[in-house]
Amino acid sequence: MEGLLIFSLYVFILAIFIGFEVISKVPPLLHTPLMSGANAISGITLVGSLATAGAGHTGIATVLATIAVCFATINVVGGFMVTDRMLEMFKKKEEPKRVEEKTK
Amino acid sequence: MDSIAQLLYLVAAALFILGLKNLSSARTARRGNFLAATGMFIAVVVTLFDRQIVEFQYIILGVIVGGTIGVTMEKRVQMTAMPQMVALLNGFGGGASALVAFSEYFWLPEVAGLHILITLILSVLIGTLTFFGSIIAFSKLQGLLQDAPVVFPLQKIFNGILLLAVVVLGVIFILNPTLWWILLIIAVIAAILGITSVLPIGGADMPVVISLLNSYSGIAAAMTGFVLSNNMLIIGGSLVGAAGFILTDLMCKAMNRSLPNVLFAAVGATTEQLKKIAAQRSVTRYTPEDAVTMLDSASSVIIVPGYGLAVSQAQSVLHEMTTFLMKRGAKVRYAIHPVAGRMPGHMNVLLAEANVSYDLLVEMDDINDDFKATDIALVIGANDVVNPAARSKKESVLYGMPILNVDHARSVMIVKRSLAPGFAGEDNELFYSDKTMMVFGDAKNVLTKIVQNLKDSEK
Repeated sequence: MEGLLIFSLYVFILAIFIGFEVISKVPPLLHTPLMSGANAISGITLVGSLATAGAGHTGIATVLATIAVCFATINVVGGFMVTDRMLEMFKKKEEPKRVEEKTK
Repeated sequence: MDSIAQLLYLVAAALFILGLKNLSSARTARRGNFLAATGMFIAVVVTLFDRQIVEFQYIILGVIVGGTIGVTMEKRVQMTAMPQMVALLNGFGGGASALVAFSEYFWLPEVAGLHILITLILSVLIGTLTFFGSIIAFSKLQGLLQDAPVVFPLQKIFNGILLLAVVVLGVIFILNPTLWWILLIIAVIAAILGITSVLPIGGADMPVVISLLNSYSGIAAAMTGFVLSNNMLIIGGSLVGAAGFILTDLMCKAMNRSLPNVLFAAVGATTEQLKKIAAQRSVTRYTPEDAVTMLDSASSVIIVPGYGLAVSQAQSVLHEMTTFLMKRGAKVRYAIHPVAGRMPGHMNVLLAEANVSYDLLVEMDDINDDFKATDIALVIGANDVVNPAARSKKESVLYGMPILNVDHARSVMIVKRSLAPGFAGEDNELFYSDKTMMVFGDAKNVLTKIVQNLKDSEK
């Protein structure tokens, strides 16, 4: 048990460091998609809810877990889809061609 | 089986990190999101094949209901409403983590380790707080609740007592882990805390709140990961926790405020206060026709869009005007302040939606030195982010906030509905400056007239 906790703590701390390193390189241009995309990643709690909802428990535990599955799915599906929709809009367009050089 | 599942979780975690890494450039960002979604898919499939799962009916029910709601929300949401959407999604993520932890509690072994109990409490506390806080943030952004800070007497003391109560109850729970109702009371207090801590935060501070709630939802997931001893949750949660924290910090810096100040100071003037300030002085009014004459002869223009632009849905017509000016040979760019809009990066999304090429969207630090060599700085629906009081007026709430150097441009054109000050309730000297041209009116109306005039002059 002790060993498992220490191991989890390692994972936790190192993941936070990676998170800081990777995310601090995201430009302000993309901060909204970053947030909605990260948001979808926090729906990883879905994995936990699946395990609890399907564990063959009964009563209140299953009710809570089923609501959790529902919430987390909203988070994951809505989050990734809306992020994709936003990122699709970020395009580099051709500069509008100057029709004729006007003298100033 | 177990080690294969763990290895696949590792693949999923790597895809999350690669996905976030790809978000660092607009070119690769879409692929990044796809990679992260693939990681999520792998993690879910692995979990479903895991031998722990013996029945699927509840899972199917939850996934169908949640999936339908998620898709419907995504299909319906307007880009202007993105902050609300993200606030809600944060709430669902946090809520789910709290529910999983609570559900797992009923099946913990008799003697659960101390760290399980502590993370269980944290998960329920942070997750519930995130859920209810997000609901309030959503209601404010959606206009269901008033934008201005809601304050009641002894608010901070009240919240402090609640927090203290959570600590005491937490200790009691750890000593008597069979008392399930204590966990329930902690959840109820967390709900109240979520509501009372977001209510006093004004509309302009929403970018900070959403970022913070984003961070919380990640931390809640990580805590649930400790309860379930699931590294996938710990990694995913930590990454999001870090992302939310970085954004929170950036938003605070962009307003030159500390996080406690944003959370507790209830900054934001009431409507009456704003009207009072606006009624005191007068300026010369110019018409859209005057503006056209100016724009026609300008060879360089920097546009400063603010939330007022989005409110009047003028992004497309603005793009039309910009394209027109560029065709005539003018150099046009957009200067984006970090807190323009209602969430980090919001203005970029709104302009990208209107087909503005992203290389024209320039962040504050990269464009601030260019204003002095620019003919016209065109400010549309922005106020506090161009207020020179932030540089000079020590007693102002804006003092120290980084602003766009609009006043360094050769001339300034401001499209605005009235002289009313921004959220900070600080009058803007720029409006009364000699080189400033005030064009009053709804951004969309004004810009439409300008475009019309530009077209006419072409004939």
